[in-house]
Amino acid sequence: MSLLDVKDLRVEFSTPEGSVTAVNDLTFSLEAGQTLGIVGESGSGKSQTAFALMGLLAKNGIISGEALFNGQQVLNLPEQQLNAIRAEKISMIFQDPMTSLNPYMKVGEQLKEVLRLHKGMSNREAHVEAVRMLDAVKMPEAEKRMAMYPHEFSGGMRQRVMIAMALLCKPQLLIADEPTTALDVTVQAQIMTLLNELKSEFNTAIIMITHDLGVVAGICDKVLVMYAGRTMEYGSAKDVFYRPSHPYTEGLLKAIPRLDTEGEILPTIPGNPPNLLKLPQGCPFQERCHRVSDHCRQHTPELSTFGDQRQRACHDNFHLSGGQ
Amino acid sequence: MIKFILKRMLEAIPTLLVLITITFFMMRFAPGSPFSGERSLPPEVLANIEAKYGLDKPVLEQYFSYLGSLAQGDLGPSFKYKDYTVNELVAQALPVSAKIGSIAFIFTVLMGVSVGTLAALKQNTWMDFSIMSTAMAGVVMPSFVLAPTLVYIFAIKLQWLPAGGWNGGQLQYIILPMLGMSLLYVASFARIMRGSMIEVLSSNFIRTAKAKGLPYRHIILRHALRPALLPVVSYMGPAFVGIITGSVVIETIFGLPGFGKLFVNGALNRDYSLVLGLTILIGSFTIIFNAIVDILYAFIDPKIRY
Repeated sequence: MSLLDVKDLRVEFSTPEGSVTAVNDLTFSLEAGQTLGIVGESGSGKSQTAFALMGLLAKNGIISGEALFNGQQVLNLPEQQLNAIRAEKISMIFQDPMTSLNPYMKVGEQLKEVLRLHKGMSNREAHVEAVRMLDAVKMPEAEKRMAMYPHEFSGGMRQRVMIAMALLCKPQLLIADEPTTALDVTVQAQIMTLLNELKSEFNTAIIMITHDLGVVAGICDKVLVMYAGRTMEYGSAKDVFYRPSHPYTEGLLKAIPRLDTEGEILPTIPGNPPNLLKLPQGCPFQERCHRVSDHCRQHTPELSTFGDQRQRACHDNFHLSGGQ
Repeated sequence: MIKFILKRMLEAIPTLLVLITITFFMMRFAPGSPFSGERSLPPEVLANIEAKYGLDKPVLEQYFSYLGSLAQGDLGPSFKYKDYTVNELVAQALPVSAKIGSIAFIFTVLMGVSVGTLAALKQNTWMDFSIMSTAMAGVVMPSFVLAPTLVYIFAIKLQWLPAGGWNGGQLQYIILPMLGMSLLYVASFARIMRGSMIEVLSSNFIRTAKAKGLPYRHIILRHALRPALLPVVSYMGPAFVGIITGSVVIETIFGLPGFGKLFVNGALNRDYSLVLGLTILIGSFTIIFNAIVDILYAFIDPKIRY
């Protein structure tokens, strides 16, 4: 049994303009200690996938499908059962560390309340444990920082606090929703290194949501490429990186700036993601795809399995000829 | 913090001085005098009286001698209530107004905050809609309409409570005037609280708190309440002034022997010293209260330090 087994996860939002399917029949699985990267542009449904798993969707969100965590369904749980899982078994760090901590509460208190509530620790025990966790995320002068407010921390330091907070109860799964997006490049690298170290130290599985393929290459075992709420490609990080089987993945990989191609214009994927309210008939990527055919405009490609547990949703079979 | 309080006290002096000056000259330049009644006095008598109160001297000299005695804490003799000094009149009225005013204010804030929070937590349900439409009715209803309506319902029809009077400040005499003073502001506080609570509940750090598996109650009380109170605190200043000003109407309607009634009588009688004294007092209360609000801010928001 896998640690997390997600099957046909679907998230819909009812809006005044109509129903929007933000996540469309997503299926993936994760073993203990593994890292899965979910990659895609803004609005592709990455974050909504995470929110659905944590029960944090907006009120107008409707979830269907199955997500078995150690065999237990975690979707659509009542608040009380969710709270027994949140932080304790699955925890989450967010995109924007500047606003994700409570600005009106001391950092120490924000850490300690987790331990008091979930572990029934006394304030004294919680304090000791919280300081230890701040040390673990390499926070200098952890003891002193406990009594400080978030506005006295830099962005990178706040994200360290968030990570410490997420790991307090030693959860089996950590969902990191673009943890480095709002940070400086040098701080990004520090945070990623830290996550990588903590992953092995605590044997925590990670779902890394990002649009940065460099991040994925550094840390992930598996990759799920999403577009317009659907899986475009799914497989081991190595396969996806070296033998992309979907034109969208190809485009994403080409669009990474390289140091050895000085002076050339950076390739981009033309156009914008489609409006989820009026998806075109057929493949959602057709407008921006350089391999598009008439068939793609009529029929939505099904997710098909091939090779070493890989999946792709594309009509074009270019990958069989070794790519390109 | 002590430095801040001292600074605010020093700042209050010029503010009060401007207030005194404007009030002093406005009263003097308004037509009529304390002694121009329906029955005109013989000129000799009038001259005698004016000499007694120093009204025969040039206005500027009167102004400076008033400031001189004020510096010693003396608000001067009342022009209309013979044998009383303004200090004595204020000493009688202050306990009444302070009691009813503070009860009304505390009731206003507590009610407004809890009703507003309730509406926010039950956003877009029948409870929210009924609270907010009642609040809207409260905001648009002037106190001189509200107070007689309350009297009509609770004193005349139901006969639960007395229609007016003070009677040493017993509870049943306080309820109706207190409601008359506060309902308008309860409504405003409720609307402000609802809005800010809804906004806070949609912020990122509340999402974090949820992801931490904290119980809903804990999230509301420990994480959301404090930031949601900030706009409420800033409205406390104007609301406090509003309640004091409103007491002029309410105390007159209910016949309470407080500031408001004294103020109205003073103004109608051109009782220069009484009106000035009350203005200074209310002005000082306002300044003190605004300073308290600023200090409260620092307690709520850690980013504000004085």
